Amino acid sequence: MLTSVVHVCLAGLSTGMFIWLVASGLTLIFGVLGVLNFAHGSFYMLGAYFCYTLLRVMGNNFWLGLLLGPLCVCVVGYLIERYFLRYVYHLALPYQLLLTFAFVLIFDDLVKIVWGPGSIGSPSVAGLAGSVPILGRNFPVYNIFIMVVGPLVALGMWAMLERTWWGRIIRASSSDREMASAIGVKVPALFTAVFVFGTWLGAVGGGLAAPYVGLLTPGMGESIIIDAFVVVVIGGLGSLKGAFLGALIIGLLSSFGTRYIPTFDMFLTFILMAAVLLWKPEGFFGEAK
Amino acid sequence: MRKAFVITLCILSLAGLILLGLYGTRFALYLATRIMILSIFAMGYNILFGKTGLLSFGHGAFYAVGAYGMALFSLHINPHPLACIVAGLCLAFIFSLIIGFFCVRHTEIYFAMLTLAFGMMVFSLIWNLRDITGGDDGLVGISRAPIELGLFSIPIAKANQFYFLVVFFFVLSIAVIYVINNSPFGLVLSGIRENDRRIEFAGLPLRKFRLAAFVISGVFAGLAGSLSALLESNTDPFSAHWSHSAEPILVSLIGGIQTFTGPLIGSVIFVWLREIIERFTQNWMLWFGLILLLIIMGFRGGVVGVLSRIHRIILGSDTQSQRIA
Repeated sequence: MLTSVVHVCLAGLSTGMFIWLVASGLTLIFGVLGVLNFAHGSFYMLGAYFCYTLLRVMGNNFWLGLLLGPLCVCVVGYLIERYFLRYVYHLALPYQLLLTFAFVLIFDDLVKIVWGPGSIGSPSVAGLAGSVPILGRNFPVYNIFIMVVGPLVALGMWAMLERTWWGRIIRASSSDREMASAIGVKVPALFTAVFVFGTWLGAVGGGLAAPYVGLLTPGMGESIIIDAFVVVVIGGLGSLKGAFLGALIIGLLSSFGTRYIPTFDMFLTFILMAAVLLWKPEGFFGEAK
Repeated sequence: MRKAFVITLCILSLAGLILLGLYGTRFALYLATRIMILSIFAMGYNILFGKTGLLSFGHGAFYAVGAYGMALFSLHINPHPLACIVAGLCLAFIFSLIIGFFCVRHTEIYFAMLTLAFGMMVFSLIWNLRDITGGDDGLVGISRAPIELGLFSIPIAKANQFYFLVVFFFVLSIAVIYVINNSPFGLVLSGIRENDRRIEFAGLPLRKFRLAAFVISGVFAGLAGSLSALLESNTDPFSAHWSHSAEPILVSLIGGIQTFTGPLIGSVIFVWLREIIERFTQNWMLWFGLILLLIIMGFRGGVVGVLSRIHRIILGSDTQSQRIA
């Protein structure tokens, strides 16, 4: 009994950390740019595919792939922000959402054209393959790795936003865009930078997810983006701390749900999302507006 | 003169629809039926989206509820098509009333996220309650029984017979939506879109109007769903998925959001374009994404917007003066 509960907990925590990697970029982009980016799931997908391809080219070096793959996706993110998204900030919400949705459609099919419509098995990572016994039952090493990386990313983002000059400028522009621009911040360039950084986070999430999920499929971005939406909403749109906690909650909820009440597993997630939106729309850590 | 032109156009379109029903090939009839079902979905949706200014990602759920309600009634209680459609509509009405009651507490992005959450709840129920809904297989074997009307019965089993049933609901929907749009009620909805504060100051119950728009669009989605279940003779759980809820938004956007005919023309283009693109390539989503990109970046009025812009340029200041008058 205890063993099974501990293992369900561990599985939940690693799922949560893995959703957090994707949700972090999403909530950062929303917090600063005010755009809810459907295409973030595509960046995740592209990250996974680019890492995979580069890994193959570089003689199965996972780390080199993880370093270079997301950088390629960053170029895509830069082009999207600079030449498309920038022109819809002043428009109504539906246009912004649909613009990013258009990119979801485009990238889904582009991936099918380039890498084929079937799914690709992801190679395991040397040194992180296999599993270790915890309380007499095996637990994958790679999941432990994800559980370490997740908090490190959170810590890194917190340090950057709260402790550096860049972070101050980002926070200033997100709370008052005009004022920041009045004191000399080049807001459009900053927005591009934040979007590219968010893209990088999503792509890294994808690169790290590939060995965890085990399969690369053209539609993989669409399923993760909804999980990330749920997490971002629960934590409070734009709040990093909230997204981190939200990811843990959703990870645990879905892992316990799958184990004990599989019929209502998905239902629980969305009822939690609706409940938070109704009773505390600013989320656990979002600022009331 | 303008009015006469519109009436002539309506009569010609109706005649065209009837001629198509009498002489069209099976495939043309199938496409036309799908276009009309999508139009009902999109035009109803646009009461909430274009008219009231609320973006919902949950209307696929009402479409599915209409389809499943219709199918369940047909399989377990009575296969009479009209009774089944009414059952689907009632279920869609109840669901949209309950879900709408919660959703209209918010606007903008929070409204969109709430509808997404509720829509996905319905999806997860349809997906997981296998015993009732058939899970990922959906419900199959929905028959198109003849419509018994006491003294006589109308068969709808053949494609062209069913086509006329859909034409009936299509024309009825257009008429109802036209009346809604041009009623004082419709005017209040436009007012809510333009400035909800003022509507509130005028002493009108904002939430009730939003809820009414939500329920009306939900019921039309249910109608479209139940007709599609009859057309395909099965139900698809993915019709409740959020990505299906995006379809009427795309259709409205192609045609033109804040116009009456926009969703209708958008549906024709959507289904037709998809048919054409799929003939050449598997990757219709890529092309569709590019078209969507083009519309958002450059032609936000949609097809109807572009046409009326051309119309205005040709006529010069003439329409301008007509508008003021």
